[in-house]
Amino acid sequence: MTIDADTILRAFAGGLMIGGATAVFLLVVGRIAGISGIVGSVLKGHMGPRGAFVVFLVGMLLPALVLGTGPAEFSLGLPGLALAGVLVGVGTQVGSGCTSGHGVCGLANVSPRSLVAVLTFMVTAGITVWVVRHGGVL
Amino acid sequence: MILVGALLAGLLFGGGLMLSGMTNPATVLAFLDVAGAWNPALAFTMAGAILVAAPAFLLVRRRSRSVLGAEIRLPDRERIDAPLVGGSALFGIGWGLSGICPGPGIVLLASGSMQALTFVGSVIVGTLIARFLPRPRAATGTASAGVQR
Repeated sequence: MTIDADTILRAFAGGLMIGGATAVFLLVVGRIAGISGIVGSVLKGHMGPRGAFVVFLVGMLLPALVLGTGPAEFSLGLPGLALAGVLVGVGTQVGSGCTSGHGVCGLANVSPRSLVAVLTFMVTAGITVWVVRHGGVL
Repeated sequence: MILVGALLAGLLFGGGLMLSGMTNPATVLAFLDVAGAWNPALAFTMAGAILVAAPAFLLVRRRSRSVLGAEIRLPDRERIDAPLVGGSALFGIGWGLSGICPGPGIVLLASGSMQALTFVGSVIVGTLIARFLPRPRAATGTASAGVQR
């Protein structure tokens, strides 16, 4: 295990901010802040109330544009990232949500549907990491 | 004013992902790697987010309009079916391969790196592919099949 207090505090504080974002979006825009759902809507030409989805996505990008994204260590080359991206795109649309939509919004809304989704993607993600790192595959 | 709220929410979401360390795929993979050098940070991020978001969901349950008059639309909470489980399983495989889910993917676009562009471009391709997949048993009675998170 790699635990140090600073990492955990930052992780938790960042979580509080994401929760705050979810609360503001819900109370003001009236929708859940699920990223795959918002991206899917925008790609269908549904920009949300008064274009709120697009403004939200721009807001998400701004801190990283100003401050830089910080470290991003990729474990895959471009073909691997492309395969993973397609799986994430198809999976989140068919499964109606990702870590934000099911993981944060759904669990905060005490949704049994989202709990099943979260358990499912956590298990398949964990198995995938195990196979790649410890299973001698790839 | 709705747009001010949307912008504030986006800034908080993007900034929160960065502060939490979840924009680094290695941090996410270290959480998913329970058999390796396990890093529990992601669990603390989710717990913090749920802690703040949950009261907001309680608040809107009894409302049909947001504080600024926008219609409140919450997704179905009950229906557990094959698309939910199958889709989530596929998402988990992609997430486990890359360590990137849609939110961090968007934040990483700001770097302009080929990796981020390739990943998010592929997510968009996957999103469009999903529209052409046959849906087993159209949802009966509700419009919930169209409500995505």
